[in-house]
Formats: sequence, C-alpha cells, structure tokens
Amino acid sequence: MRKRFLAAAAALLLGGSFTSGASAADKLKVGFIYLGPVGDLGWTYQHELARQALVKEFGDKIETTFLENVPEGPDAERAIEQLVRAGNKLIFTTSFGYMDPTLKVAKKYPNVHFEHCSGYKRDKNMSTYSARWYQGRYIQGQIAAKMSKAGVLGYIGSFPIPEVVSGINSTMIGAQTINPNIKVKIIWVNSWFDPGKEADAAKALLDQGADIIMQHTDSPAPMQVASERGKFAFGQDSEMIKFGPKAQLTSILDTWAPYYIARVKAEMTGTWKEEDTWGGLDSKMFAMAPYTNMPDEVKKMAEDTQAALAAGKLQPFKCPIVDQDGKTVPCEGGDHLADGQVLGMKFYVKGIDDKIPGGK
Amino acid sequence: MELVEAIILSVLAASTPLLIAATGELVTERAGVLNLGVEGMMIVGAACGFGGAWLSGSTIIGALCGIIAGMLLSLVFAMMTLGLAVNQVASGLALTILGIGLSGLIGAGFVGERITPAPHLHIPGLTDIPLIGRILFGEDPFIYLSLALVVAVWGFLYRTRPGLVLRACGDNHVSAHALGYPVLRIRTLAVMFGGACAGLAGAYLPLAYTPFFIPGMTAGRGWIALALVVFASWLPGRLVIGAYLFGAVTILQLHAQGAGVGIPSQFMSALPYLATVIVLVLISRARTGGSTAPAALGTVFVPDR
Repeated sequence: MRKRFLAAAAALLLGGSFTSGASAADKLKVGFIYLGPVGDLGWTYQHELARQALVKEFGDKIETTFLENVPEGPDAERAIEQLVRAGNKLIFTTSFGYMDPTLKVAKKYPNVHFEHCSGYKRDKNMSTYSARWYQGRYIQGQIAAKMSKAGVLGYIGSFPIPEVVSGINSTMIGAQTINPNIKVKIIWVNSWFDPGKEADAAKALLDQGADIIMQHTDSPAPMQVASERGKFAFGQDSEMIKFGPKAQLTSILDTWAPYYIARVKAEMTGTWKEEDTWGGLDSKMFAMAPYTNMPDEVKKMAEDTQAALAAGKLQPFKCPIVDQDGKTVPCEGGDHLADGQVLGMKFYVKGIDDKIPGGK
Repeated sequence: MELVEAIILSVLAASTPLLIAATGELVTERAGVLNLGVEGMMIVGAACGFGGAWLSGSTIIGALCGIIAGMLLSLVFAMMTLGLAVNQVASGLALTILGIGLSGLIGAGFVGERITPAPHLHIPGLTDIPLIGRILFGEDPFIYLSLALVVAVWGFLYRTRPGLVLRACGDNHVSAHALGYPVLRIRTLAVMFGGACAGLAGAYLPLAYTPFFIPGMTAGRGWIALALVVFASWLPGRLVIGAYLFGAVTILQLHAQGAGVGIPSQFMSALPYLATVIVLVLISRARTGGSTAPAALGTVFVPDR
C-alpha cells in the first residue's frame, strides 16, 4: 500500500511527495529525504536503489519512508521534521543543501539519529557520509587520454564548487600521466539537472573539437549526444550505457547500499554513533561501471589503476601538486594533499587553460 | 564556418520549444486569460509525447499525444478559472504543481527508455548546399511547424474577424459580452489552444531535443515562455525575435565558455535573460512606447444572467 500526497506548499515549482508503508510499533523506522524524483536515473535514483536494498536486507524488521523532490533550504527542515514526527529513528538526508536544516532538526530531537550526505557539519546524533569520487575521475582521466584522438577533453560542470573542481583536477592529473599535453575544455551549465542545456553543452564541446565528453551533471543527455555523434563519454552517478551503448567508456556508480545497511545494523544493535565517513574504492562507497568500448590494453590499464587506488598504493593528489600558475601547493597530508585541501579545492592544476568562474 | 553552422542548428533547436509554448500562451493571454501553468502543461506533454512515441514508434503520434495531454490539462484550468471563476494566478500555479506530479506518475513506466528522435528533413541537392543547406532544409519538422504556427497566429489575430473578437474579449470582456460574443466560450478555446501548444512544446523535448524522458526535464522552460510573452509585449513577431535571441545567447555563452573567454559562467548563464529583456524592452520603447497588455488580462469574468 502506498499513499501519496503533496507535502504542503513546498515551493512554487517543487512539491514533495510522501510515501509510507503499513505501520507497526516494533519496527525500526528509517526515513529518507531526496533532492529529485526517484526516477531521475542519477543521484536520487541511486539513493533509492540503496533504500530498496535495505528493504530487501531487513524485510519487515524495518519500515522505510521517503520524501522526494524536497527543495534544499528552509523547506527541507519541515520535511525532515515531518519524518521525525512520523516516528522515524534514523533519517538520511541525501544532498549537500540539507546540511543546515538537518543540523537544526538534529539539535531539536536528540533521540533521533541523522545521516547527512556530502556535508561537513556533525553533531552527537548527526553523522556525515560521502564518497571519494575523485578517485574514479582519475581513472576516467587516464582512459580519456588513451581514447582521445584530438587530445581535447570536453568537461560539463554543474557548479564551480570544490567537489566538482577537485574532480576536474583529478581527471587532468590522471590524463597527464598518459598524455602530458592533454587539453580540457570546460563548460559550466550552472545546474545539476537540465537535460536540454547539458545536451547543448555537449554539442558545443564536440563542435569545438573535443572528442570525449565527461560530465558532472546528472542527466544522460550528454551521453546521448556523444552517442549520436559517434564519440565517447563517461556516465555519472548511474549506469548510463543504455543511452550510449557504443559511447560509454565507464561510469562512476554511487553505491550507497553497503553503507546504509551497516548504519541500519548499527542502529538496531544500539551501536550507532556519530561518524564522518568519506569512503573510496576500498570501502566500496562507489564503484566503476564495466569498462566498455575500449581496447583490452586500455581496459587493463584502467583495472590496474583501480586496484592500485583501492589498495591505497596510488593517490590522485600525490605531491607535488602544481597549480595552473606554476605554484606548488603546500603538501599537508604527508605524501599527498590532506582531505581538507581536497574538500576545499579552489584552484585548477597545471595544464588547465581556463579559470574557475568567480575565482581569482 | 562549420562551427557557425553547428551553432545556428543548436540555436534553432533550443529556441523552438520556447517559441511554441509562448505562441500558445500569447493567444491565451490575448483572450484575457493568464495561465501560469505552462510549465505543468509542458512537462505533461513531454511525458505523454514520449509515451505515445515509445508505444507506437511514431513521432507524429507522440506529438499528438503531447498536444492532447496539454489540451486536457488546460481544460482543468479552464473549468476552474472560467467555469468556477477561481483566481487565475493561483490556479495556474496549482496547474504547474499538478503537472509536475502527474508527469512523474505517467512517465514512471518509461523512464530510461529510448526512442528514435524525429527525423530531419532531407531534400537531395538543397540540404547539401554548404553552410545554409542544413539550416534551411535540414531541420526537424517541429522547427518548420513552429514558424508556420507563429505566422498563422499572427494572421488569425490581425487579419481575421474571429481574431479581432478574441482580442476584444481580452481587452474588454464586458463590451464583448454586451455585443453578444460568447466570452467564456472564446476564452475556453483560447486556453485550449495554449494548452495544445504547451503540450507540443513539451513533447518536442523528448521527441527531438533529448530523446528520452526524465521527470522534470522541462527544467523551467515554461516559465521562460511565459516571460517571453510579456517581453514581446503580446506581439507574435517580437516573440520570434525574443525566443531566437534567448536561444542564441544560451548557446553562444556555452561556446564562449568552451573557448575559454574567461567571463564568469554564472554571469554567462544569466546573460540570455538579460539580453532578451533588454532587447525586447528597447524594441517596444522604440516602436510604441509602453506596454500593450490586454486590458482585461487575468481578470475574472462572470456574465450576468
């Protein structure tokens, strides 16, 4: 039984819808706040897959509820509180913009546990979790450099925030290990999700001579454009090979299920405590889609790189890191940049002939 | 030169959904009804258009499904605002929220499916002319249709008697009513035309632009179409200028970024809006000076019986 109704007056454009199962007192109630619709095939879809994995794992020992299309900002606070009042004891808020609202609600309800995705604020009942996607982008950079005939990569960015900037840098550092003269063209669409604009950006990049499309936006539109033009591309968040059977090289897949299952287990056994999890390939916080549409030697290289990254033998941001002005970046993490430097990255590395919008 | 051709092709495709939706809304508003639900009708048109094309394998059937879906949704709006005299602004906003939810429900079954995009025209000889061939003779059918639509709407509004009556309803519904014209019936038809256009504009996205369906794929284009009608001061000709200008600056700013011009992308993203507003305001200042909004726009009309 599924009940659906519009969460009251969310925003002009976005309503949230509420889904809930049958209630029982002895079940652990787990709530989720989603940014997009569950069918976005990207970010929210992957969280939804993990929720479904939870249901499969724990069966009728838990009861899950999700609110989709919840706008980031003050409205989120009400949505989170709604989940608390409905009796949810563990609540996952799955976007960066829910950080402050989650913290506010967490302070109000000390007996409920919160899990916030990709933020940095924590409390004794609020954990954070995210993935080291930049590791995957390093692999993609190497593949791209091998596969590009023009030596020009096309990169579609969403917003110039550190996560995206560090992704571009990691891609280029990876690519430079194969081709030191590799070039990248970057177009920001200033949106996480606008299929039309993402497609236009992909077309513009290809028209300007790039022959590999990489994206840090959520829709499969760029993949489809690359496919139509007979060029290669990398998926984002989800498996996108359906949209480019001959185009997708690989895709960074968000795999939240193991983490969600571990956290629910901890909650059930009373061992849940505040933590900051930033997992990489080693802890399976994300995975790489099968390496497709490439020669065996490139595939082998990608697999070797992936193994080295997972084993911790390879660090994408291994010192010395030189920024685009030729200055060496201080090395605060031993032989590689410290996590804080990656999380707050505001510079392009050497070899990127562009400026971060709004940056210096 | 190839780059110029590629840019123009992208511009035409990016502008077309805006132009179609805005043309429909222009007729609706000319009849005195403000329907803010364009975004909602578009996204439902996108879902139904894709569904129709996916099930039937035909772009034309998909387009028809989009048109019918937009029209049906606009009838809900007509019932509320014309039949029950409910506030038009509130109803329009409600229609958008309804449409977004409804499209997710309709589209849930075929998210992630693919269709063959609408075929492009190909006339041997003409389409192969360098530079202008593909631009003039190699577009998808919706682009030609959108231009024909604008010409037809212009002809209807300014060269026919029913068009004059429709405008009269929008300017002074009491007088039109006193002259014996069925104001509410005319307005209902205008709202339905607007709905049909919005549905078609929405269907254009999954049928030709990005051939798949995802909830929320209109991404605010309905709101831009609404704004274009105002900036075009309710004139079809200016609407074409506005829509193409908006599309042109959108695409050009992407190319400028790719070429590394070095202007902050946040500013570039705002540029289409800025440029369109400025140019259309300048045109309207130069030619007539001031707005020509239909005088009865957005007001409720209840005939005395």
